[in-house]
Amino acid sequence: MKILVPIKRVVDYNVKVRPKSDESGVDLNNVKMAMNPFCEIAVEEAVRLKESGKAEEIIAVTIGASSSQEQLRTALALGADRAILVETDVEAEPLGISKLLKSIVDKESPDLIILGKQAIDGDNNQTGQMLGALTGFSQATFASEVNLDGDNLSVTREIDGGLQTLDINLPAIVTTDLRLNEPRYASLPNIMKAKSKPLDIIPAADLGVDISPRLETIKVTLPAEREAGVIVETVDELIDKLKNEAKVIS
Amino acid sequence: MTALVVAEHNNQELKPVTLNTVTAALGLDQEVHILIAGNACSSVAEEAAKVSGVAKVLLVESSAYENFLAENVATLVSNISGDYDYILAPTTTNGKNVMPRVAALQDVSQISDISAIESSDTFQRPIYAGNCIATVKSNDSKKIITVRNTAFDAASATGGNAEIITLEEINDAGISKFVKEEIAESDRPELTAADVIISGGRGMQNGDNFTILEGIADKLGAAIGASRAAVDSGFVPNDYQVGQTGKIVAPDLYIAVGISGAIQHLAGMKDSKVIVAINKDEDAPIFQVADYGLVADLFEAMPELESKI
Ligand SMILES: Cc1cc2nc3c(=O)[nH]c(=O)nc-3n(C[C@H](O)[C@H](O)[C@H](O)COP(=O)(O)OP(=O)(O)OC[C@H]3O[C@@H](n4cnc5c(N)ncnc54)[C@H](O)[C@@H]3O)c2cc1C
Repeated sequence: MKILVPIKRVVDYNVKVRPKSDESGVDLNNVKMAMNPFCEIAVEEAVRLKESGKAEEIIAVTIGASSSQEQLRTALALGADRAILVETDVEAEPLGISKLLKSIVDKESPDLIILGKQAIDGDNNQTGQMLGALTGFSQATFASEVNLDGDNLSVTREIDGGLQTLDINLPAIVTTDLRLNEPRYASLPNIMKAKSKPLDIIPAADLGVDISPRLETIKVTLPAEREAGVIVETVDELIDKLKNEAKVIS
Repeated sequence: MTALVVAEHNNQELKPVTLNTVTAALGLDQEVHILIAGNACSSVAEEAAKVSGVAKVLLVESSAYENFLAENVATLVSNISGDYDYILAPTTTNGKNVMPRVAALQDVSQISDISAIESSDTFQRPIYAGNCIATVKSNDSKKIITVRNTAFDAASATGGNAEIITLEEINDAGISKFVKEEIAESDRPELTAADVIISGGRGMQNGDNFTILEGIADKLGAAIGASRAAVDSGFVPNDYQVGQTGKIVAPDLYIAVGISGAIQHLAGMKDSKVIVAINKDEDAPIFQVADYGLVADLFEAMPELESKI
């Protein structure tokens, strides 16, 4: 069993980003970058499958600029065996990203692809499903439990009403939700070891895929500010405000 | 020019979020059709035919669509998409699961979770947990869109008289199988449809303490929500989660109890009309978005609130 784990370099989840002053995009100057939290969960799940003897090889892959090598090294330190950077300075959309990933899938023939359900920058929640369409693989999104038993993959999904369980055929695509696992931290010896694991760089142009954007960002702005509220001193005062000022309870 | 709305339903009834998506579709100046894909769901089609402003209802019934498996439904939607300039679905877990698969089959870049329509090809959508709003123009000839239901009013469920057309378009990829569903049954309103929501966070300490919120929810006819920390700690099930990766809500009144107000939580509730925060830490960021803040121990304040409303 070979597992492919596509990951993404994004702004650290604690950072509150702001638009650039000319509104042309989000200001990412000097902000802390990290692996997308959902991708960490994807790497962790792959590593657990390998540790339990159910998978032999884990390949981490990312589409991005040269700086994304940092996140690939993190994935290697967490337990991936090798890594691939599909290098491009184009800020590809999920459609373009899934087309590039499809080329990697064609080369590597993984049995299972585990990736985050969304990246916390664009919040698109598209790439896994799009890759499903392009490969024709089965998909189980928003996974909170994955059980692999021989050729049978059973996945529990977090859905609006509760939980849903699917059995899906391999090769398959699983996208991770927050409660699938708690990712480990990379240990210092593993960070050292990761430095010598293979990391291939493939220029995106070599894959012969059209990744030109279809969406144009016209502007990026701040959301409407809420007006400042008040601190009430007592429960009685709160009830009075809700009844007589906000008129939301009677 | 026509728009197709992929309906959210459970084979028995149309989910109210579909009505918000219909409003978005009507806002595009389109003739609006609704697709009901499911099994033994003709009553849902009849319900959809009554929705105000809808011109046609497409009904497809097959066991292949009963559980809305992405592989099957995406192929269906893609196969019938030829006649449509727009395909829209609500940003529910079903919409999120199926629509990108449709988009890739059609070689279209999906526009996720739109919160406003600026013109026939330009839309607003929140990014970075709602910290910024992007205005994006789509250059694809077909637009595939998921719609943030809190940003659009619900279309009227009655007054329409659409024609129902039955399609025989059955696709069963046979690569995925529904096993089971654990759906929480509750007498309370659904989170995404509730006028009042009372949510508990890590400050609730355990699941049993959520009964403190239930009494108030009963009196206010409220739904109960939670922060990720409360769900992760096992206090309440996953479908309670409000936030960037949970449900997006915008009720008339949102009461946050023992919730610190992380950006990921705010992403799911800061468009509520009135926000109340009860937290014992006066520096908790939740107070920055609250209209009314009460700095108090929730275990004292909430029973008092319950007894006095
Ligand atoms: C990728 C990602 C996605 C996320 N998505 C979501 C999401 O969708 N939704 C979400 O909610 N979070 C999400 N989070 C988590 C988020 O960052 C916070 O960790 C979480 O919201 C914190 O929950 P909390 O406020 O209940 O807990 P805490 O931050 O621990 O806050 C508990 C609060 O309770 C107060 N308190 C404690 N005891 C009492 C008492 N007796 N009386 C009154 N107040 C008391 C404390 O003062 C504190 O402010 C996400 C995080 C990541 C990384």
